[in-house]
Amino acid sequence: MRVTQGAFSFLPELTDEEVRAQIEYVLSNGWSIAIEVTDDPHPRNTYWEMWGLPMFELQDAAAVMAELAECKKTYPQHYVRLNAYDASYGRQTTALSFIVNRPESEPGFRLDRTELSDRQVRYQIRAYSADAPVGQRYQG
Amino acid sequence: MDGNPTEAETERWGAGVIPYTKMGYWQPDYIPKDTDVLAAFRITPQPGVPAEEAGAAVAGESSTATWTVVWTDRLTSYEHYQAKCYKVDPVPGTDGQYIAYIAYDLDLFEEGSIANMTSSIIGNVFGFKALKALRLEDLRIPTQYTKTFQGPPHGIVMEREYLNKFGRPLLGATIKPKLGLSARNYGRVVYEALRGGLDFTKDDENINSQPFMRWRDRFLFCMEGVQKAQAESGEIKGHYLNITAGSMEQMYERAEFAKELGSVVVMMDLTIGYTAMQSMSTWARKNGVLLHLHRAGHSTYTRQKNHGVNFRVLAKWCRLIGVDHIHAGTIVGKLEGDPNSVQGYYDTLRLDKIAPNPTRGLYFEQDWASMPGVMPVASGGIHAGQMHQLLHYLGEDVILQFGGGTIGHPMGIAAGAAANRVATEAMVKARNEGKDFLREGESILKNAAKRSPELNAALDIWGSISFNYESTDTPDGTPTPSN
Repeated sequence: MRVTQGAFSFLPELTDEEVRAQIEYVLSNGWSIAIEVTDDPHPRNTYWEMWGLPMFELQDAAAVMAELAECKKTYPQHYVRLNAYDASYGRQTTALSFIVNRPESEPGFRLDRTELSDRQVRYQIRAYSADAPVGQRYQG
Repeated sequence: MDGNPTEAETERWGAGVIPYTKMGYWQPDYIPKDTDVLAAFRITPQPGVPAEEAGAAVAGESSTATWTVVWTDRLTSYEHYQAKCYKVDPVPGTDGQYIAYIAYDLDLFEEGSIANMTSSIIGNVFGFKALKALRLEDLRIPTQYTKTFQGPPHGIVMEREYLNKFGRPLLGATIKPKLGLSARNYGRVVYEALRGGLDFTKDDENINSQPFMRWRDRFLFCMEGVQKAQAESGEIKGHYLNITAGSMEQMYERAEFAKELGSVVVMMDLTIGYTAMQSMSTWARKNGVLLHLHRAGHSTYTRQKNHGVNFRVLAKWCRLIGVDHIHAGTIVGKLEGDPNSVQGYYDTLRLDKIAPNPTRGLYFEQDWASMPGVMPVASGGIHAGQMHQLLHYLGEDVILQFGGGTIGHPMGIAAGAAANRVATEAMVKARNEGKDFLREGESILKNAAKRSPELNAALDIWGSISFNYESTDTPDGTPTPSN
């Protein structure tokens, strides 16, 4: 399966050039960029690990690309996403988020059903990969 | 002072009928207070009725007046409670129509009650014989009144954080056919559309709990589809479960059940009424469930240019009542919607401080005092081939709903959903890259279709479909073609 979180998951993987164009767009809006990493793609896993702090000062797309390359080198089999943060009054939230790296193989999620009375079912989604401890998932 | 009434006093307070202008409802020198509710009415007086008198009559009948002089007015500070018509402008190019501006003191309205505000402002006056027609075009709601409402239970920012979806329009589809599917078949459509790439699916306004599909059965099968699609995509998905019913007790029961099943969203129809909607808003905030509003029935009073209530006023009431989503027009789809007016509705729903904008039909400034925005929903005859126009006109904080444009796809429902998602992402990406996406829209879509057979098929069958009918309602800055 393919985890389709993020703004561009239905498109072919973005090339470096395409990622860079998105970074230029983000910077031109005055938003800051943060890189985040996880090996737990559960849709309710809000807090991916931060690759450093959001780059509030950075105005240079090349520097962001260098950070990203470093991150991907460290975590080649993790999910990596770029977040753009809009700190302006009235928004103060993420403005854009898209996945820029993903594991070679994505086993996906298991849907557990617990049958209750009155035909009700309680559902639980579990990432197959999450059975292994953090750091030992997606070993290729 | 000889103790006898002056001539002016006799004229004002003598028993009988006198013009509204003489009763204090026409005050051309009045300077509206910051705390006043201001209204712009389009009035069409009967022949022989002066525009000022008609404006004063509207002010009178929507506040303290009755048809004749009553001495009991004198037991009150009536000047305070009288609405004041302070300006009447002829509508350019339209004989016999005027815009009357009326100021209402804040004291006229109960805190936190749209039922009360509407009973005052549109309660009696629309049937008034001295007017051929009357339309409430816009309201300026002062911060002091706005702050008596909590507004949307979540709002645009919170919804995006809750759903973990940023930087692109959200996508939905209404399950079709509207009526007749069994619960099991209905859930199939939900599942296919969501697994294919949509964020939401939706009950239609008239899907409540009919003999062919009872609500509880529908909720169970829909949630199976939602949960399965979440597992297959790793994304949060939702189906707007319509809880509209004949009583509040039934609506609460349905909403509670939807929540227990894990639905992120419920929906209601405008037909349930202002107070019922406000109660459901309170429930949605308390229970952390997104609240979708289908504006069922609104066109009966929003569409005609000379009579009724403009949708921009309804949009303001609904933001105060507190809904997270509201249908607000598509511009390019099958339903009525002049581009400028629709963009004015979207501004009204999404922005915080809005300046008057005659081109977009906004008569007044409106300061929402940080009340969260409502996510507008574009639904009705839109398809992937219009993505560049949709993004251009409607922007990013919008839910694009492709019902037929998903379910009618020749390769199946999931393929239809994927086509819409690919088109959306490709267009957003191109926009961000700085492309002139409105002009290059078709080639951007064709390019994306090279890697997406689903989008390719969608463009083949719907690429040239458009709905080009003249609008019946446009702001006065532009002519109304169908009149």
